[in-house]
Amino acid sequence: MSDATYLELRRIRKSFGSFTALDDIDLTIRRGEFVCFLGPSGCGKTTLLRIIAGLETQTSGTLMQAGRDISVLPPAGRDYGIMFQSYALFPNLSIADNVGYGLVNRKQSRAQVAPRVEELLKLVGLPGSGGKYPAQMSGGQQQRIALARALATSPGLLLLDEPLSALDAIVRVHLRNEIRDLQRKLGVTTIMVTHDQEEALSVADRIVVMNHGVIEQVGTPMQVYREPASPFVADFVGKVNRLTAVAEGDHWFRCGEKRLHCVAHADSDFRPGREVALYLRPEDRVVDGVRDDDPMRCSGTVRHVEFLGGNCLAEVLVDGMPGQPLQLQFSLNQMDEFDVREGNTIRFALRADRLRVFPVSPL
Amino acid sequence: MSAVLRAPPLKQRVHWTDRFAHLALIGIALLLVVGLVVPLFIVLSKALETSDGSAAGLGAFAAYLASPALLQSLWHSVWVSVLVTAIVVPLAFTFAYALTRSCMPFKSLFRTITLLPLLAPSLLSAISLIYWFGNQGVAKEFWLALGFDGIYGAPGIVLAECFATFPHTLMILVTALTLADARLYEAADALGTRTLRKFFTITLPGAKYGLISAALVTFTLVITDFGIPKVVGGNFNVLATDVFKLVIGQQDFQRGAVVALLLLTPAAFTFAIDYFVQRKQTSTLTARAVALVPRPSRRFDLAMTLYCVLIVGLMLAMFLMAVFASFATLWPYNLTPSFVHYVSGLVDAELGDAMLNSLKLAACTAVFGTAIVFVGAYVLEKTRGFDGVRPAIRLMAMLPMAVPGLVLGLGYIFFFNAPGNPLSFMYQTTALLVLCTIVHFYTTGHLTMVTALKSLDPEFEAVSASLKVPFYKTFWRVTLPICLPALLDVSRYFFINAMTTISAVVFLYSPDTKLAAVAILNLDEAGDIGPAAAMAVLIAGTSTVVIVLYMLLGKLVDRRTQAWRAPSR
Repeated sequence: MSDATYLELRRIRKSFGSFTALDDIDLTIRRGEFVCFLGPSGCGKTTLLRIIAGLETQTSGTLMQAGRDISVLPPAGRDYGIMFQSYALFPNLSIADNVGYGLVNRKQSRAQVAPRVEELLKLVGLPGSGGKYPAQMSGGQQQRIALARALATSPGLLLLDEPLSALDAIVRVHLRNEIRDLQRKLGVTTIMVTHDQEEALSVADRIVVMNHGVIEQVGTPMQVYREPASPFVADFVGKVNRLTAVAEGDHWFRCGEKRLHCVAHADSDFRPGREVALYLRPEDRVVDGVRDDDPMRCSGTVRHVEFLGGNCLAEVLVDGMPGQPLQLQFSLNQMDEFDVREGNTIRFALRADRLRVFPVSPL
Repeated sequence: MSAVLRAPPLKQRVHWTDRFAHLALIGIALLLVVGLVVPLFIVLSKALETSDGSAAGLGAFAAYLASPALLQSLWHSVWVSVLVTAIVVPLAFTFAYALTRSCMPFKSLFRTITLLPLLAPSLLSAISLIYWFGNQGVAKEFWLALGFDGIYGAPGIVLAECFATFPHTLMILVTALTLADARLYEAADALGTRTLRKFFTITLPGAKYGLISAALVTFTLVITDFGIPKVVGGNFNVLATDVFKLVIGQQDFQRGAVVALLLLTPAAFTFAIDYFVQRKQTSTLTARAVALVPRPSRRFDLAMTLYCVLIVGLMLAMFLMAVFASFATLWPYNLTPSFVHYVSGLVDAELGDAMLNSLKLAACTAVFGTAIVFVGAYVLEKTRGFDGVRPAIRLMAMLPMAVPGLVLGLGYIFFFNAPGNPLSFMYQTTALLVLCTIVHFYTTGHLTMVTALKSLDPEFEAVSASLKVPFYKTFWRVTLPICLPALLDVSRYFFINAMTTISAVVFLYSPDTKLAAVAILNLDEAGDIGPAAAMAVLIAGTSTVVIVLYMLLGKLVDRRTQAWRAPSR
């Protein structure tokens, strides 16, 4: 991956009447990067994608693609391939005609188009299906055809608008890996819009988490998961426990009767007395080898166990933290190992280095 | 920050291919302005003028409104329309209920026969009535025994209108009753609900909007119909015949405009209600609804079959009487079948040209109307830019539904016959008749096309743009082929209506462009009822042939271009 900037969004604003859909979006995407726009429905991620595609026009702001100002260019004047959630395959044209739709227009002869179409079909794993019609293909196959069509003209930018959400779970996982592999192979800069955090975490080089028309965080999947920049990101990406606490200064926080020491977050110096929220992932706990003097040591009663397959979520009422039960994750083996059952008491420590602290009210 | 807020929103540069779409958009807007808005506006302004042309008109308008003759016509029009609505809607509802909720046999046959009145001008039922119950009618004694003075006047109008409007009302009600969610009935069954209660708590509320719509459409059709009262109305004046008499008979355009305005008001009013009601209806049935499949019930099915046989029998009696009479040599004395009315009444009277003119009008309307409506709907739904003009075009496309043909025709006289209008060369030409007919029936065609286009993936155009394919290529390669079946439907609709319409074109023809449907009117006025019947039958025959041709064409199109729809795996 080179570090060259490929796409640059500067102060993009979009308002519909008095409603602000996007508010001052600044974003830089490098050449060859796979970026996911992640957020709940209505957060503006699709609007942003459509602005990049020229299907909507931003109210103000600048778009630069490969050094070229494309802010007010019509879609046909920009360089991208796009795939929609509905795929938008032309139902009355054969698969070959669909894939070659953009090629024929470039005044290429039939003899040049046919091999390129077959090459693309091979690329997406559907060689020899050019004579069929879209209605004869399964949803997953249609999705690949749409991808081949978007890639046919070798665009510099690939835009994917919720490409997998119309498929069932198994096909979805399979195809997202294929898209990822294909993207790596071709090196095409790619933006994918999704509301599925798991999807974003698994395929993206960087994730842009959006909410209410603003970017909450831009970072690698690991950064977004481990170091969420805001309570929203912590809540939206992955499961998280939220504990209300009061700052006592020097990275100490009181939660119920327990005092917790948060070592990370050197910058988050909260004045004593300030109300804060502590965010902790269910898996961020230690059971083995907890020292008795560990300030994060807890004991608690298992109230309820939710079986999720390979993992279980145990709801634990921690001694000294009334009214704030914790969800802790254990693998099936650990359930036996630590004897985690409803009604049992377990001893564990919270991982202080993973704890994230956010102020409850704005500063 | 505030500077950013105050800056005007960015505008995208327009790709040169999109200019074509904008040009088409402007073209459609101009067509509707010239063919609809301006003529209507002139009718309004004429109604407010005094007879010498000065504009101090409200007084004259009010004075004329208060005249007893006009009030009587208004009263006649209203009560006749209400009565027909009250008769036809329950009859059609029962028929539609039988078609959709029973397991009676021959459903499609029954359905087809009820469509017969659509094939000919509404006049046909009036002419048939005269043969049945007129002064020389076969069942005149029966009619008199029922206590009526004769067929001419209100009873004849009501009866003929019932037949003429039945198919329209039925179509709406069948649609309304087809949209039923079986899950509601299953839930009711699970709760042990009785049949009658299910009818009143599920069926009727479900069809509520359809019933309102059917009633409004029936009312509007009757109050604006002009052919039937003209033929069997006798001395019973209604608004529609008043307009005709004032304009054609007395050349009193100003008063004609006042009456036309009165005619426009209830039509526009019912249209507005209907439009409002229709918007509500779309949300009542969700995509997840389960279609209701009727279960056989011997007694109910038998009763429904008998009812439908009765209705269909009456329809056939009405339709076939005109056919029979048109072949009778000399009614009622010599009923031997012959072509005398066709040969001496039509061909020798040089009315063959009228038939040719009608065919020409219908063909032109079918071709140009379909093209205009399709392009109009396409640029409206599928292209971008010119957002200010779009709502105006949408409104103008819906407006013709609310405008009675007579009012439109009158507007055309005022506008295209006006001295100094550069378009006046069109007056009394076939081109103007075509324009008038296209505009008159624009709304239904437009709505059909919009529905067809809305069922297409909204991103086709976006994908094409990303592939650098201009929109017109996608229009030609994708949109048009997919929409061909809908296109055929619209074109058939235009053709049949152009063949059978009278109301708008009655003001606009010249001796050279005389139309078959209008010729029926003139023949009847001259007392040549035999040739009039022959002409009506000829139109019905032509319409039938055309429909069969369209069916064959549809099959061909399906085989050629729709192979992708249900392909085998």
